[in-house]
Order: sequence, then C-alpha cells, then structure tokens
Amino acid sequence: MNPEAALGNLLEEAKSIAGGQQTGIRDGIVKSIYDTSERITRDVVSYTSDDRVDLDRKIDNILTSRIWGFPIMFGILAVVFWVTITGANYPSAFLATQLFWLQDRLTELFLALNAPDWLHGFLVLGVYRALAWVVSVMLPPMAIFFPLFTLLEDAGYLPRVAFNLDRFFKKAGAHGKQALTMSMGFGCNAAGVIACRIIESPRERLIATLTNNFVPCNGRFPTIIALAGLFVAGSVTATLGGVLATLGVAGLVVFGIAVTLLVSWLLSRTLLKGEPSSFTLELPPYRIPQVGQVLVRSVLDRTIFVLGRAVVIAAPAGGLVWVMANTAVGDTTVLAAAAGGLDSFARLMGLDGFILLAFILGLPANEIVLPILIMSYLSGGAMVEMESMADLHHLLVVQHGWTWLTGLCTVIFALCHWPCGTTLFTIQREQKNWRWTLLAAVIPAGIGIIICMTITTLTRALHLV
Amino acid sequence: MGLTRQSTGRSAVREIFNVDDAGNELVIALAGNPNTGKSTVFNALTGLRQHTGNWPGKTVLRAEGSFMHGGRRYNLIDLPGTYSLHAASSEEEVARDFLCFANPDATVVVADGTCLERNLNLALQVMEITGKVILCVNLIDEARRKKMHINIRKLSSTLGVPVISTAARSGEGLPELMDAISDVALGRVTPKPVLVRYPEQVEAAIARLEPRVREITGGHINSRWVALRLIDGDAKLVQAIRQYYNGRESKITQAGMEVLA
Repeated sequence: MNPEAALGNLLEEAKSIAGGQQTGIRDGIVKSIYDTSERITRDVVSYTSDDRVDLDRKIDNILTSRIWGFPIMFGILAVVFWVTITGANYPSAFLATQLFWLQDRLTELFLALNAPDWLHGFLVLGVYRALAWVVSVMLPPMAIFFPLFTLLEDAGYLPRVAFNLDRFFKKAGAHGKQALTMSMGFGCNAAGVIACRIIESPRERLIATLTNNFVPCNGRFPTIIALAGLFVAGSVTATLGGVLATLGVAGLVVFGIAVTLLVSWLLSRTLLKGEPSSFTLELPPYRIPQVGQVLVRSVLDRTIFVLGRAVVIAAPAGGLVWVMANTAVGDTTVLAAAAGGLDSFARLMGLDGFILLAFILGLPANEIVLPILIMSYLSGGAMVEMESMADLHHLLVVQHGWTWLTGLCTVIFALCHWPCGTTLFTIQREQKNWRWTLLAAVIPAGIGIIICMTITTLTRALHLV
Repeated sequence: MGLTRQSTGRSAVREIFNVDDAGNELVIALAGNPNTGKSTVFNALTGLRQHTGNWPGKTVLRAEGSFMHGGRRYNLIDLPGTYSLHAASSEEEVARDFLCFANPDATVVVADGTCLERNLNLALQVMEITGKVILCVNLIDEARRKKMHINIRKLSSTLGVPVISTAARSGEGLPELMDAISDVALGRVTPKPVLVRYPEQVEAAIARLEPRVREITGGHINSRWVALRLIDGDAKLVQAIRQYYNGRESKITQAGMEVLA
C-alpha cells in the first residue's frame, strides 16, 4: 500500500480508537502538557519575595474565579452604566437648552432675512434640529461612557472578561477569541467584524461575524441609555430610578451576550458545524491606567469620531425627514404615509410605525435612530418647542402614547435588528459573499422581531398594559 | 552528477522550505512564544547577516540569518512566534511543518523566563517532534528584577536537554548559547528529552499506532508524535505528510532524471 492511503487508514483507525470522545482526548492531551509544565515550573522557579507578579495572580484569581468572575463583571458593568446614566442627564439638559435657544435665534434670523418658508424648514427644522438632537442626546453619554470603558481596557480588565467568557463560547461551539471580538463590538460593530480576522478557522470566524451585532455598539448605547433613563428614571424617585435604569441597561447587555451565545450555539449545530479550536489567551499585567492619556484618546478617537459620523449622517437625514414630513400625498404626508404603512406590523411588535420607520431610516448609522424618531414625531404633532429631556418624556408618553412596553420593545429592537450600513459593508468586504451579509442582517432582525412580538403578545394577553 | 545527499531526502525537503543548504552549513531553527525576545536573540546571534521574506505559499513573515562559530557556518531560521504546535493558525502550521519535515540540526526554543510555565508548553511540544533541542531561558534579567530564581541546572536535568539562560538585550549568555547550539548540531551532545506522559488511554493508543506509523514514514518523522497527532484527529498533519512525500518524490525523481540525462 502506498504511504498516502496507509496514513489515511491510520487516521481512520485513530478516530475509531478515540470513539466519540475526541474532545475529551484532546483536552486530556492538552492537560497533560499543561500539568507537566506546571510541575516542572514549580520545581525550578522560586521567589525570593512577594512581588507584583504574585499580586497580579492574586487579583486574577478573584476576577476570573468561577464564583466571583461573573458577579464582579456585572457589578463593574453596572457601575459604568450608573455613572453614565446619572451623569449624562445634566449635560444633556444643558446642551438641549443651549442648542434650542440657538434654534430660536436662527429662526429669527431667517425671518429677519425674509427667507422662504421651505428654506427655513429644511435647514433649521430639518438639518439643524437633527444635529441638535444628535449632539444633546448622544454626546453626554458617549463622553462619559467611552473614557470609563477605555480606563477598564487600559487597566487590563477586558482580557479577563474574555477569559471569563471563553468557556461559554467553547460550549457554544465557537472560538474563545469571539469574546474579544465581541468586546470590540461594544466599541463599534464594524470594528468588531474586522477584529474577527484574529480567528483563524473560517467557520468560527463566520460565527463571530454573524453574531457581533448582538452587543450594543457606540451608536446604540446612547439610544438605549437615553430611553432607559427616560422610562425607568422618570417613573420613580431620582436615586431609585437611576439604579433601576442601570440594572436595566446592564441586564440588556447580559441579555445581548446570552443571545450571542445562543445564536452561536445554533449556528454551530446547523449551518456551521464543527469543533471549536483551542488557543492561548495572554493575560497582560494589570497597570494603573494613564488617566490623562485615556481621556485624550477616548475623547479624540472615539467620542469625536462617532459624533462626527453621526453628525455627517444626521444632517442629510434630518433634511430628508423634513422633506418627507412636508411633501403631501393626497391628504397626508410622505412620512405619515410611510409610517402608516408600517404601523399595523409595528404594533404587533409593541412599536409604532414611526419607530420602525426611524430604524429603517437609521440604516446608515444607528446613532440617528432616536433623533429621526423625535423629528418625525415633532413634524406631525402640535408640539414644536422641545427644550429639555422632560419635554422628550412628554412627547413620547403623553403625545404618542408610549407605555413601558413601547420603551422595552424599542430598546430590545435597538439591540436586535439589522447592523448599520457600515457594518454590513464591512461584512461583505470581509466575507466576499452576499449570502452571509444578508444572513448577518436577517438573523438579528428576525430574532428582534420574534422577541418583541412574543413580549407584546404575552403582555397584551395578560392585560399588563 | 550523482545521487548525493543534497539531491535526496533531507536536502530536497529543505529546498521545499527554501532553506539555503549549500555545502556543510548547519540549519538551526529558532522557535518560541510571541513576546519572548526571540527576535532579539535572533538579531544578537546573526547581526546584520540576515534576510527576510515570506514562507513559501504563506503570508507569514520569515527571517533567516547566519553566524560563524568554530569555523562553521550556522544558518538560523526564525520560526513564527506561536503558543503551541497544534497548527490552528498558519503561523503554527509553518513552525510545525518546518520542525517536522526540515529536520533542523538543532532547534533553540526561546522562552520568557518571567513566565516559564506558559513557555514550557511549547518547549515540551517541540521536544516531542525533535530531540535536538536547546532551551534558551531569555529575559533572565527581568526575571531577576522580579525576584525570581530559576534553577537552570535542575531544569536541564528535568527536561533532558541543554538549558541556557540569556538576556539577549545585553548579550548575556549568548556565547554559551552558541556553544550549546554547536554541541547539539555537531552531535557532541545528544539531548535525551523527557517526554510528556499522557493519560493511560492515550498512551495505549500511541503504542498501538506507533509501529504502523514508523512503517509508513520510515523513521524520517518522529513516529510517536505522529501517532499522538493522529489520535488527536489532526487531519491537517496527514495532509502535510502527504505533501511532504509527494514533494520529496518529485524532487528525487527530478534528481534521477538529471542522472540519466
């Protein structure tokens, strides 16, 4: 027999010896190697005194322990959100007041110049107002959240998060590094998709790519935080509300991670079958974060960048919404007609036509979903003066009949819907196959629709709303 | 020209890996985890006598250089930095294939002295493929600063291979490393690596498969290791062995044709 065939036979025989316990055998082999290394190291290495490495190991033992790892993770996440939510309120209100004061001055200017109505409408009520909303709703949470997140990154905590999550991803049939690409997704899903390159196996890379969208990115965090603050915080006392809103957002993130794992598991059982491959995750030493540098980096690299992108897209989108709201078809406007067409379907999901329309128009960038929604509501309603977050609460709840169910479903749909245009474009560029790109949009959207419909149906059946 | 050593077997394989194997040069592989100062060791040993390129058919950077020691030229191949040799990435595949098929005269595993445990994982795997291993415990200066003491002699006797501690940045230990390389490469010292013992079930399977593997590979490749990888279900290795045989046969045939012509 020639060597090739003989080797193939041997591989088959080895497989039959292994029986169905391939994973167990692999773990056994790796464990033997690791145990040997550990034993030898213990034999030959001695420390003359306690030192930093020891301290690092002690911290690691707590932060990545099976019992404390997750509660600590959830706790840190919650503290970050709590600081963001409570801290963002005041600058948000301040910015809104200033920017809408400026809008009045702009209107006066246009009137003084005898500018035509449509020009004032398009530029001031459309473009400027969308920008004002993007800045006042999005900027404060970003300016607080990003530096905090970067501090955690700088201190060396994020790799520990990946370490904690690693075994869950493995159980889901995905690559442990997916925990890292997922963490990148918190920054930006497009960046997360590019980060999937670090996963060598094409199967596992695809799973990581398709599920990256289930963690809220920069663009969606402020929407979620703003709505959480508005709904939960508005209903009870300030302190309790802040805590509840925090738990809500942290819970939503954990929910997103759970969905990521579940979808990864489903994919690795159906479309993308296979065994997870193993890897070594290097845990860098803990460092005292360089606060100054972190502030500069997160403000310049992330906040300004994301805000800039939002502004660039919000300006034309604001104009478009104004045009849609002021172009008549029959006895209604294009905007109202489009929202009306979506309304019956959206109602099944606990949303309304305008909300769904805002998500669709927000395809270029998730940052502008909430501003577009506010614009659409304003253009149809009687209320024109929007000067504070309290007014926003009034607009949503009193004028457009939002209940806690609407808020919940909007937030869930913000977490689970199609990725933004940039992310889809990136997936297409990375995978070079439009089917996967399409699937990357269909999977999260489908899941979001199903979850929202289920919650809505149950809630209504139980007469909770 | 006749069928010399150069035109068959080992040398033909080295040609596949693009290794300069003219005359009596010795081929030394440099393996190690990422961030162990492997490149510093490489640069310190070779100085300016090096060139870089890609591994054949891979987008993995490779560096090659040489140094003279005791009148002999040692050709040093810097393998990609990896944590293991399970061929999960193209870097690991390149490193493994080279160790497995190119049969270097000696292999230096560069380890980070400050986290020896993690680095030993790779050293143990390399020792399974080739016996001619020297462990270079680098960054020994940092380990000292961290108040770590590594018992080099004990490590050497436990592993069964020469162990040299170095601080490549300052040049500490490099002459000793060169001596050790030359001792192993020229056969003055024959390491007797102590291999990892696997669970009973795995060892039994290895014992069953190993003789059959040896029959096929004819002792060119470490049969215990191949048997182990087969039990691990490593289909990629089978593929690599196939390519190796095909490549070698075509080279040998080519050489034979030259003789006939």
